[in-house]
Amino acid sequence: MEDIESRNIANLEMETDKKKILEVKNLKTYFYTEEGVVKAVDGVSFNMYEDEVLGLVGETGCGKSVTALSILQLVRAPGEIEEGEVIFKNVDLLTLKKKKMRDYRGKDITMIFQDPLNSLNPVMTVGTQVKEVFELHQREEIYELLDQKMLEWKNKQNRIKELEKKLEDNETNQRLTKEEISDIKNEIEKLEEETRDRPTYRSILREKSRKILEEVGIPDPEEILERYPHELSGGMRQRVMISMALSCNPSILIADEPTTALDVTIQAQILDLMKDLKNEYKTSVLMITHDLGVIAEICDRVAVMYSGNIVEYATATNLFKNPRHPYTKGLISAIPTLDKKKKELDTIRGSVPNLIYPPEGCRFHPRCDYRLEVCDKVRPLLTQIGESYFVACHLFDPQYKDSPKYEWGKEELERTRKI
Amino acid sequence: MTIVEEQSIEIPKKREKEANSKRDNVILRVENMKTYYPIIGGFFKRRIGEVKAVDGVSFKLHRRETIGLVGESGCGKTTIANTILNLVPITKGRVYYKGKVILKSTETKEVLKEILSSITFSTIMDSVSYFFIAKMKKLLEKLEIELFHLFQKLKIIISYFPEKIREKISNFLYRTAKRYFRSKSSFKNKIRRNIQMVFQDPDASLNPRMKIVDIIGEPLKLLKNITGRRKLRKRVLELLNVVSLKREHLDRYPHEFSGGQKQRIIIARALACDPEIIILDEPTSALDVSVQAQILNLLKNLQKRFDLSYIFITHDLSVVHHIADRIKVMYLGKFVEEGTVDDIFNNPSHPYTKALLSARPTFDPTLRRERIILEGDVPSPINPPAGCPFNPRCQEKDKHIGCGIDEPRKIKIEGDSEEHFIFCLPFIEEKKSYKGWQFISD
Ligand SMILES: Nc1ncnc2c1ncn2[C@@H]1O[C@H](COP(=O)(O)OP(=O)(O)OP(=O)(O)O)[C@@H](O)[C@H]1O
Ligand SMILES: Nc1ncnc2c1ncn2[C@@H]1O[C@H](COP(=O)(O)OP(=O)(O)O)[C@@H](O)[C@H]1O
Ligand code: SF4
Ligand code: SF4
Ligand SMILES: [Mg+2]
Ligand SMILES: [Mg+2]
Repeated sequence: MEDIESRNIANLEMETDKKKILEVKNLKTYFYTEEGVVKAVDGVSFNMYEDEVLGLVGETGCGKSVTALSILQLVRAPGEIEEGEVIFKNVDLLTLKKKKMRDYRGKDITMIFQDPLNSLNPVMTVGTQVKEVFELHQREEIYELLDQKMLEWKNKQNRIKELEKKLEDNETNQRLTKEEISDIKNEIEKLEEETRDRPTYRSILREKSRKILEEVGIPDPEEILERYPHELSGGMRQRVMISMALSCNPSILIADEPTTALDVTIQAQILDLMKDLKNEYKTSVLMITHDLGVIAEICDRVAVMYSGNIVEYATATNLFKNPRHPYTKGLISAIPTLDKKKKELDTIRGSVPNLIYPPEGCRFHPRCDYRLEVCDKVRPLLTQIGESYFVACHLFDPQYKDSPKYEWGKEELERTRKI
Repeated sequence: MTIVEEQSIEIPKKREKEANSKRDNVILRVENMKTYYPIIGGFFKRRIGEVKAVDGVSFKLHRRETIGLVGESGCGKTTIANTILNLVPITKGRVYYKGKVILKSTETKEVLKEILSSITFSTIMDSVSYFFIAKMKKLLEKLEIELFHLFQKLKIIISYFPEKIREKISNFLYRTAKRYFRSKSSFKNKIRRNIQMVFQDPDASLNPRMKIVDIIGEPLKLLKNITGRRKLRKRVLELLNVVSLKREHLDRYPHEFSGGQKQRIIIARALACDPEIIILDEPTSALDVSVQAQILNLLKNLQKRFDLSYIFITHDLSVVHHIADRIKVMYLGKFVEEGTVDDIFNNPSHPYTKALLSARPTFDPTLRRERIILEGDVPSPINPPAGCPFNPRCQEKDKHIGCGIDEPRKIKIEGDSEEHFIFCLPFIEEKKSYKGWQFISD
């Protein structure tokens, strides 16, 4: 079993000329609760490529957020990362010490959350918090900038002195024309204006914060910097979060349901903004959502999660054109859309399994309409079935093509009846 | 093995016909409803302004039909529901139920006094310091708040108490509220029975300490006077079967159920008194899509089976398309467009409706259209913009006259169903013709 798994994982390459930037291999994260071991993430593997958006989609509790937290080593007790590798720039992040990890977090890999109000500090102004991020990760850059600005400032001061000297000299030798004198006076005035405030660490921070807020489309950033998070609307808060996440120009941005708490028109604004920023900053994004619409809107690749596993992994275009995994199919046909003028929506029988005692074999088998005899005995692994297309389902495994279809018992059907 | 194809195009037509035939079968009529919340503030904690949460809406609900109320958060959808159920006082306007006025303005101050006076002499006296109660009472009296706010305030105050006392106070408040509702006239009682509500958050509307049988049995006891234990259990079981739950669920507690199951329990409770109208406030927003599909199917079945009328509140246009017969699009306390499902989706005519429809994600990544992205946030109803409330964000205001000055007018869209209206202003003449538009003078 282990053997097959490792073989399988090595093959999880997409056909693309983009550079691989993050590799998650066989990640397992369990929670040791009183009721038992919750296998929240149970062997998840995927790759992220440069300058691409990967969507991680699935229903509540399937392990999306835990996957994200594991990548950043933010899983709290009773959670434990059991096994797996998260390879970023040739380093396995999971082997790093807490302190070392902190260097990556917020700088190379940043995360934004569903409810920005909870992740912003309610008793600090927006400005203070944005500045804090810069201070935490870009202190050296700021000092460099400060030195540079200081130099400029001094040069300007010297220039003023020079010009003043010229004027003074002119008192005695009267060599300058009237026009020249007024030019010089103007220049002095301009320079004095520019050098009124000596550049300080704080003023640079402030300028940087203002710029980054402007970047994410916040009108009147000066004023917003003075406000407290609860004084902003949801969309505005999410913009602030995004600006903070992008402030260090990270390679990877993990966005956990960034638009779920927002209204439709604001969601459209934020998705639009994320698209623009992604193109501008060349950041790879891991977009976590339960909304297939968001995935279709913004993602290049999609990984569909069910009960702690990835069951389908493909390019967004192919996945929506022809979803293969029975779960993905069920999910897509359960969504009311405008072209489905039907009386009844299709539903998936039964309900999401318990993660303490997950079903044997394929975790979807108690709900699957296409179930084979083998499905409750052998666990399907993600395997390639086409160009950049991976599915974990026995239907697509040539080895089981002769396995008979499972006959649902009458009682069983009744118990998991579709409604 | 493809995604499900279209199966039938017949349904909406039939639906429309049905809607026509029951034109005069109006069960609920809302006339120019205005609901304002007071803003309390200043040194004396007095009313210093008001939030115009609902600002003049009118509509009719027919028997067996579903009206979809769509709009972004804060536009006043929930307030309409709460007003109809008399959970917040109506500021202006009337609500008729089967032709009889059921709501004008209310005397909530009386209720407030009643509750306040009983708080001081209550059982919690011995568990809470007298000092605190006096303080609380003073505070409450100072605030000019209505019943609904009172409960919200109390909820916060109560959360500061230690757990044990908290429970006592909650129980007491609950009993008082129950007494209050019982004492209401039988006519009010009948209306309460006939108009039920299902809320968005299943957790918040189920008492975690009560068994399912008691939760569903409660309205039966309170409003239908069914008291015998046997009889009660039997009726609750029937109701559970209606929403596809089983006998073994009778004696369980809410935390043992999934989100979808909890929502079923709440629907069963709403059905307990054979209501005629159910107001559903975002009933599936907290649920996953596959569970949402189940609940939507269930609601449709129940509607047919029990001749129910629904007011379905949602922000999800696909859901409203699926379930509603007629749609009202709302923005800042007012309707901006109304019409049948086909009117709204085939010929959206108000700039806001167009933007909403365009912001809705599609499922085809190859079809990422140019969207209409509205600028800015939803303005606050405390200080709504002058003229058309949508004008600061409107993408079409350049083509119309007087957007920042005049109140929008009701305009009939010709060529669609009889009930397709928008609330907007006339075009600047050269740019576009009025063809197909008919202004309704008021
Ligand atoms: N601290 C914890 N203790 C115990 N179990 C946990 C803990 N955190 C998460 N879990 C469990 O891990 C599983 C996955 O949770 P996760 O938060 O990743 O879900 P999700 O896919 O992000 O769902 P959602 O869409 O609701 O955010 C769930 O079954 C959850 O109950
Ligand atoms: N109890 C209340 N006190 C004061 N203002 C309120 C109260 N409830 C709602 N509002 C305000 O009324 C407006 C409409 O709210 P609501 O009806 O809940 O909107 P929706 O249900 O459409 O999201 C919002 O601006 C909201 O802030
Ligand atoms: S492996 Fe079997 S049970 Fe699982 S999804 Fe495929 S067919 Fe269904
Ligand atoms: S009245 Fe003017 S601002 Fe309002 S919706 Fe019509 S065009 Fe837009
Ligand atoms: Mg999550
Ligand atoms: Mg609401």
